[in-house]
Amino acid sequence: MNTESKSSIPTDSEIVFGILNNSENAIKRLYVAYFPMVMQLILNNNGTADDAKDIYQEAIIVLYNKVKKGDFELNSKLKTFIYSVCRRLWLKRLSQMNRYGGDIHDFNDYLSVENEVEEQGERDIQFGKMQSALQMLGEPCKTIIEDFYIHNRSMQEICESFGYTNADNAKTQKYKCLQRLKKLFFQQK
Amino acid sequence: MRDEQLIEVIERYLNGEMSADERDAFEQLRRENAELDTRVVEHQQFTGLLKQYGERVALEKRLNAIHEEIDVHAIAEEVTVHPSWIVQLWRDHHSKISVAASIAIFAVLATLFFTGYLSNNNSYTELSREVGRLNRSTTAIKKDINAIKNGTRVIAAQDKSRGTGFALTSNGLIATSFHVVNGADSIYVQDVAGRSFKVKVVYNDPQSDISILKIVDSSFRNLGQVPYAFKRSESDLAENVFTYGYPQDSPVYGDGRLTSANGLNGDTLDYEISVPINPGNSGGPLLDSKGNVIGIVRAKETRLEGMHFALKSSYLLNAIKNIPQDSLTKIPVLNSENSLANLTRQQQVKKIKPYVFMVKVY
Repeated sequence: MNTESKSSIPTDSEIVFGILNNSENAIKRLYVAYFPMVMQLILNNNGTADDAKDIYQEAIIVLYNKVKKGDFELNSKLKTFIYSVCRRLWLKRLSQMNRYGGDIHDFNDYLSVENEVEEQGERDIQFGKMQSALQMLGEPCKTIIEDFYIHNRSMQEICESFGYTNADNAKTQKYKCLQRLKKLFFQQK
Repeated sequence: MRDEQLIEVIERYLNGEMSADERDAFEQLRRENAELDTRVVEHQQFTGLLKQYGERVALEKRLNAIHEEIDVHAIAEEVTVHPSWIVQLWRDHHSKISVAASIAIFAVLATLFFTGYLSNNNSYTELSREVGRLNRSTTAIKKDINAIKNGTRVIAAQDKSRGTGFALTSNGLIATSFHVVNGADSIYVQDVAGRSFKVKVVYNDPQSDISILKIVDSSFRNLGQVPYAFKRSESDLAENVFTYGYPQDSPVYGDGRLTSANGLNGDTLDYEISVPINPGNSGGPLLDSKGNVIGIVRAKETRLEGMHFALKSSYLLNAIKNIPQDSLTKIPVLNSENSLANLTRQQQVKKIKPYVFMVKVY
């Protein structure tokens, strides 16, 4: 009984609390539960398994951010929300690829999720810029920045792993790297 | 260096590493100095974005790891709406199929065009052609049987094609279709009694499809007065007509009506008739109910049932007029007295029998 409930579709509140508590298992169960639904949507609307993966992960990220931000209200089913986001994302992708024939085969009810998708789109653009800025930054700057600002490592640790003679040198290096990163980031259109 | 220190201070402030006093002082400074405030906000936003970016990358990594564990293929199989194989085939290959179909259609049309199938004349077959082949095999069999019976082997030439001809005059002038005798090495005519006579061509009119033959065989005796007359004027529609000829070894009678004053595609040379005719009937006489020759049977439309054609007799009369004088010893005088007019059809046919010949071409 117990194992069965674990493998079956988790309840919506289980998932929401799981995400809020950074539960690895909750995300995994969520992912496994609704992937076939999205696969069905994409495959039957001119998409491939890889498209399904991309779209689905983007939708999961939308949901994840919404829950983390605390403005996800359980007034609709998670399933419907995910389906709607995937549907919206896929329509967008199809029209970008000029493959949209004006007709989509639906397998579920869906809501209007324009705002969520738009928001996500803008954020994705920012992240894309950040990714290429970091790419262009090169080593060792990239690692220093990532260690300090993303992984929250202390200057002391960074100093040691990079073999700087004193923390001041490391700080100067980090400052220069950050300035270059900003420049690279804002240069991009 | 001032800027570097400023950033460090901002970072300490944002990370909450300042002491309470230091913090109050900094916040005071921030309120007073708008530029500093902007710098703080900017830095906060940028590092915040950096942080979020890091989280996103980490989340994506987690999702990818989860994805690795899923049997994508099995799910794909399960959720795909499987259309029938023919739809699938069309979806996968429709461009190729379209191209292939266009090429095929083009090829068919091109072939039809170049073989002349699209022009209507093609199915208009002249009737004497194929008989040769059949008859050759029949005679060959007959000869073989005779040879076996008699113990001797008779070598006889075999005829290439056959048609029908009919006497114009009592001295052995015979009319037939040009296409029957075209390309012949030698020509014989065989009468109803089975006697063969050698003939020579005295006049050809390929345009009207007329050939005039003359019996030159020494065993030939005068035929006697020709029973039918030749009609110069055109006959009327629905006229009851009949023919008599050799589509096979024994003579065949056929009758019908004159169904059109013109032949195929308005060809004014011909009448269209509903008399059933077959290869071998070519060159035979077409007679009306009074026993006047009104035409020469010559062709049929193979694509349409019951469309047969006969050359109008006026062209025959013209052809006779055009026979060069030096190829004949005597100017041909056609019979103008019709002795068939008041007879029954059976008697008519009996009367014309000796005047219709099988034309054998070698």
